[in-house]
Amino acid sequence: MEHKTKIHERIFTALVLAFFYLPILYVVLFSFNSSKSLSRFTGFSLQWYEKMFADRMIMSAIGYTVLCAVIATFVSTIVGTVTAIGLSKSRRILRETVNQVNNLPMLNPDIVTAIGFMLFFTSLKIRTGFTTMVLAHIAFCIPYVILSVMPKLRTLDPNLAEAALDLGCTPLEALWKVILPQIRPGIISGALVAFTMSFDDFVISLFTTGPGVSNISIYVYGAVKRVNPTINALSAIIVYVITVVLIVMNVVPMIRERKGKNNEKANNL
Amino acid sequence: MKSFSKMAYPYVVWMCIMIIMPMLMLVLYAFTVKGNDILTFQFTLENFARFFNDTIFPSVLWRSLKMAFITTGLCILIGYPTAYIFARMKPNNQAVMILLVTLPMWINVLVRTYAWRGLLGYVDFSSEMRVYVGMIYNFLPFMILEIYTSLSKIDPNLIVASHDLGADDGETFRRVILPLSLPGVVSGITLVFLPAVSSFFIPKLLGGGQYVLIGNLIEDYFITSGDWNFGSAISLIMAIIILISMYVMRKLDRGAKEAMD
Repeated sequence: MEHKTKIHERIFTALVLAFFYLPILYVVLFSFNSSKSLSRFTGFSLQWYEKMFADRMIMSAIGYTVLCAVIATFVSTIVGTVTAIGLSKSRRILRETVNQVNNLPMLNPDIVTAIGFMLFFTSLKIRTGFTTMVLAHIAFCIPYVILSVMPKLRTLDPNLAEAALDLGCTPLEALWKVILPQIRPGIISGALVAFTMSFDDFVISLFTTGPGVSNISIYVYGAVKRVNPTINALSAIIVYVITVVLIVMNVVPMIRERKGKNNEKANNL
Repeated sequence: MKSFSKMAYPYVVWMCIMIIMPMLMLVLYAFTVKGNDILTFQFTLENFARFFNDTIFPSVLWRSLKMAFITTGLCILIGYPTAYIFARMKPNNQAVMILLVTLPMWINVLVRTYAWRGLLGYVDFSSEMRVYVGMIYNFLPFMILEIYTSLSKIDPNLIVASHDLGADDGETFRRVILPLSLPGVVSGITLVFLPAVSSFFIPKLLGGGQYVLIGNLIEDYFITSGDWNFGSAISLIMAIIILISMYVMRKLDRGAKEAMD
């Protein structure tokens, strides 16, 4: 398939990338605007960043988002892993049923799942707030963790755990020392998916949270009704953080690989 | 080892409470009258009759479906050539391009959508067109990635073979590459069409509140007016339509795969 990219293909690619990046660059640029205007750049200033850091609502939204994502990731990773291990040793019927039910929140539109949670909490007379939001996040994260741990368990050699038991391990030790280390990549990727799902969630949070508790998405949703350049600063900071994280995630393995090659060379000499 | 199977039991209980119960609540609310208690409810089909007998609601539903349909079409129209160009680049450049497409997806959806407000201020778009821009912006990366994945899986020998057998570039594309990439298009459609039907913050943030889709109706009935029974009925109608389209897509997917064999 490989061929030299032609000029019209380059132009097309450039246009698509411009479509992706222009709005982001625009927001970053206007986060440094000295006036409130969203259309005229009047001069450089850091005032929106100062205002943002002084804004209690924004700071609490960031705090709630991080706290919720950390709790949801922690709980869903543990429960998801334990469940996946259990399911891998269960009867087929149970495994299939759990998979089918787990599919529901993944296939349903977010708004339908969200409304289900809201009706459920309020009918049980549970006051909605941070706790209900975290519970909902845990609920929609667990299926993704199970989904990423399961394939690793399937490729596991069952004899290894048996061998551990034969050599005198208790089942718990066999689990901890033999099974867990082998499925670690699946657990880590499950945790990463859970974290990003929770961190970015808007729809489910909107319907399961209570008064006074907003995450970043809910805050942005409520705040954009008026012209509010502090959102530009908040958006810009999110862009900076994501860019740095993604660059580190992509560059570090490359450097490591190169270093590994150099070490190999050194060893061969 | 069998004793490990007990480890799944707590989740089975949790799943019944946190996944099945909420869905049952939604169905229960959709089929009952307003203001009833959980113990003394009264069944009715009134909520559904109200939806379909109204002049506005069915047209909103139709508009949402039409919008999701056109969004999906435009995503294929832009996404397919993009993915095709990517798949023919040098491997290193491919990796960079895919990273560039993925990067914006990591930014919070609301922030990403909000970002268009500034730029759209310069052009004189109708609220409908502004919503389309937001939809395509949010969903195009999924389409590109899905199509790219299926294109990059194609065995290059097949293309060589096609040329050897006398097909020119156009014919090779039509008879080899396109059919083999169809599964990617189909899964791209599922990833774009379904969320597009239920989307409600894109029309709200970019359409200036004048462009109402089915998702906005649901949001309004739950958050503003508090008529949860009617809101549940609308959600159920939407969920059923989505389920049917999923089923059709799966059939098509299987058809595409069978056609290949």
